[in-house]
Amino acid sequence: MRIVLTVNGAVREVDVAPVARLLDVIRETLGLTGTKEGCGEGECGACTVLLDGTPVNSCLVAAAQCAGRSVVTVEGLGSAERLSALQEELVSHGGAQCGICTPGVLVSAAALLSRGGVPTDAEVREALAGNICRCTGYQKIVDGVRAAAVRNAAAARGAS
Amino acid sequence: MAPVVGQAVPRVDGPAKASGSARYVDDLTRPGMLFGATLRSPVPRGRLLGVDRDPSFDWSGVTVVTAADVPVNVVATIERDQPVLAAGEVRHVAEPIALVACEDRLRLERALAHLTPRIEPLPAVLTIGEALEARTAIHGADNVMKRYAITKGRGRDGLTGCEVVVTGRYETGAQEHVYIEPQGMLAWWEGDDAHVVGSLQCPYYVQKGIKTVFGLADDGVDVTQATTGGGFGGKEEYPTVVALHALLLARKSGRPVKLVYGRKEDVEATTKRHPSVVEITTGCDRDGTFRAFAARVVFDGGAYVTLTPVVLSRGALHATGPYRWDDVSVEALAVATNTPPNGAFRGFGAPQTQWAVERHVDRIARTLDLDPLDLRLRNLLRSGDTTATGQLLAESVGAQRCADEATWASGYRNRRGAGPVVAGRTARGVGVACFWHGAGFTGSGERYLKGRVAVDLLPGGQARIRTASTDIGQGTETVFRQIAADALGVPMASVDFAIPSTRVVPDSGPTVASRTVMVVGSIVEAAARELAERVGREAERSGSTRAEAHERLAGTPALATCEKQYEPPPGLAWDDATYTGDAYPVFGWGCDVAEVEVDLDTFETKVTGFWTAVDVGRAIHPVLCAGQVEGGTLQAIGWALTEKLVTRGGKVLNPRMTDYIVPTSLDAPPFTTLLVEEPYSRGPGGGAKGVGELPMDGGAPAIAAAVEHATSLVLDRLPLLPEDLFEASGAARSGGGPA
Ligand code: FES
Ligand code: FES
Repeated sequence: MRIVLTVNGAVREVDVAPVARLLDVIRETLGLTGTKEGCGEGECGACTVLLDGTPVNSCLVAAAQCAGRSVVTVEGLGSAERLSALQEELVSHGGAQCGICTPGVLVSAAALLSRGGVPTDAEVREALAGNICRCTGYQKIVDGVRAAAVRNAAAARGAS
Repeated sequence: MAPVVGQAVPRVDGPAKASGSARYVDDLTRPGMLFGATLRSPVPRGRLLGVDRDPSFDWSGVTVVTAADVPVNVVATIERDQPVLAAGEVRHVAEPIALVACEDRLRLERALAHLTPRIEPLPAVLTIGEALEARTAIHGADNVMKRYAITKGRGRDGLTGCEVVVTGRYETGAQEHVYIEPQGMLAWWEGDDAHVVGSLQCPYYVQKGIKTVFGLADDGVDVTQATTGGGFGGKEEYPTVVALHALLLARKSGRPVKLVYGRKEDVEATTKRHPSVVEITTGCDRDGTFRAFAARVVFDGGAYVTLTPVVLSRGALHATGPYRWDDVSVEALAVATNTPPNGAFRGFGAPQTQWAVERHVDRIARTLDLDPLDLRLRNLLRSGDTTATGQLLAESVGAQRCADEATWASGYRNRRGAGPVVAGRTARGVGVACFWHGAGFTGSGERYLKGRVAVDLLPGGQARIRTASTDIGQGTETVFRQIAADALGVPMASVDFAIPSTRVVPDSGPTVASRTVMVVGSIVEAAARELAERVGREAERSGSTRAEAHERLAGTPALATCEKQYEPPPGLAWDDATYTGDAYPVFGWGCDVAEVEVDLDTFETKVTGFWTAVDVGRAIHPVLCAGQVEGGTLQAIGWALTEKLVTRGGKVLNPRMTDYIVPTSLDAPPFTTLLVEEPYSRGPGGGAKGVGELPMDGGAPAIAAAVEHATSLVLDRLPLLPEDLFEASGAARSGGGPA
């Protein structure tokens, strides 16, 4: 079946099998391999994308359900040449080691930061509870996300 | 040029990883590529009579590979006992029996389901206890794979006459790595040349495995690392198996083949941390001065030898903990069982024996009614002391400083002095553990290994490091550039790091054993220094600037490259026959303080604070270094509290992330990480030592000590699940008390 959806701001029309997972459509049909598969069962969060602004595990979502909706993947947050504040702070605080969880972590954190303000440590940990990282111990991820929130807040103040 | 060593410079691979453009093996494709899958044994032991193909299935376009297709059916590690595909017998559940490949993944699954191994089951040996009983012999007559003995002074006889003798028994279970990227390889052939790219730690291990099976020369094999999504030892030896399987399918089908494991398959089939049983008897003076240490260490090696002898050796060498003993006897053995081979996992045997010795030190403290920290401080190794193997600790011994810093930062003494805090249904306590970790290969390992690194001068003021040491997340790419940039006297941006590929980089030895920065980093530094001198001499000779001299050398192939081999420190002496001498060039040291809250109704334990001080010699990159410490510590916390591999009949019952529980951001405590620097005179960047594995050693015993402080429950077996605490509390209430 053919569906139309918005991916990282661009309208895309794709042909999907009725059982296809959103994850496979993103990675294989659209070639956006930034979104990762760590378990295929909704447990690791490596496949997290935003669906109409809400983080979901794309390995559990049927692509067919996404017709007319908006999907944001890690590629939509900023490119390697133009990282967003969140991407930059996560890296500089040591929140990405092997990097396989990083796209999912960033997408979940982007949803949190889109609410504005500077979240507490506990709020960041809560927002990232579905993103397993085996490398970092999480402290450096939390620090990076909060630093990005501070930077965003300062930028918002500067802009207003 | 301001030095970059010691600075938290931007992580070089950061932008690619944070933007999703870094390519891991599952992100790669090749034209005409097939997908591969593996048929595995459903039973732990049996005679393999054959593999049946369902004749009603349409096998067109499906490639099937069995043992008959394997030129030399051996996975080359230490022994040659493990087949690439089972032939005639199976020795563990999930052992690979056959391989299939086809273009379409749905059909691939169906094809796999229509392939059935015919197996006549045999009695299996599934635990350390059954292996030692040896009623069923699966390895020699006694199931023992390997033995070591370490003796110092009077050995076990030293216990005679000691004022206080204490005995205990300590156990640990298997642990799964749960790298978030499962194992995977993409393989193809170009004529007779084998190519693989994939998720791996040690390109030359994979190369050796391929050469053995296909009878190829060095240059007939190209092994390239893709960006690798975590390893922790799990991608040390196992990727060789995946690479061989993918290559076999590619050879038979004539197409590129990608073989990527699903999570369940990965947990069921790949290596785990060796389960262990350690019995310790010690003698000390009434004031707590340690005198004699005797231990029997038993590891479960699993069905094939793989790396078990080396893991056992490291376990045995760390068994005494970071303490002074006059007399030592360590008897260590590894037994065979019909479980998947246990293998490399961060710490490599040392976490198991240090769990035991740290729990035992707490037991001594209890017996003597001494504070556990005071008892440790009295006996910690210092400069000038000798270890169990008679190694004189001449320098860089930060044990005491780590203990001071961690206990001071955490307020350990006050918290401990105040006693457990019970509020409603929660009890809070703190615990401490001290630990050490030998950096680099054991004994003569580095001497045999002869690790090599090349550094090239390139046009445009650039340089390039070529090494087989892989970045699997630790930050090797960044840290090596820092070391080389300072040694060359150029900006870090001018230094490149070649993608590890066996046709491009020399064999630096494997990415293991906390040796990357200390050992291989020192070769990088030496090669870069030599090039800097060449540039200096050329500038002087020709009266030109260094930049001009650089360009001239870069254009002269004979002078542009410096390849160096590791020079072991002079005077290091190790005797494999007696297991005496300098076991490691140097040790890293550490002290952990854990604070826990135990729910007295549910017996759940939450780690609420964690302070760790580690002596790393010199932190080349403080943020990345602390990242290693925190990540390793959290793996130790998981091992301590939630990670239990449940098996029945040799089969894993919880092969998923739903029920094999690794810590989430909510389970992880806030970390306070203190980097202590007692420089090692031969370490790069002004004295760096290994750090990768050290943080795995202290977390579990510190947590058990904190649980004990909070609840008075003494637990000597990992993990500490709520049901274990519940059981212990029942035993304590019924007056049985801890054994
Ligand atoms: S791959 Fe979707 S949650 Fe793990
Ligand atoms: S950085 Fe490796 S899993 Fe998070």
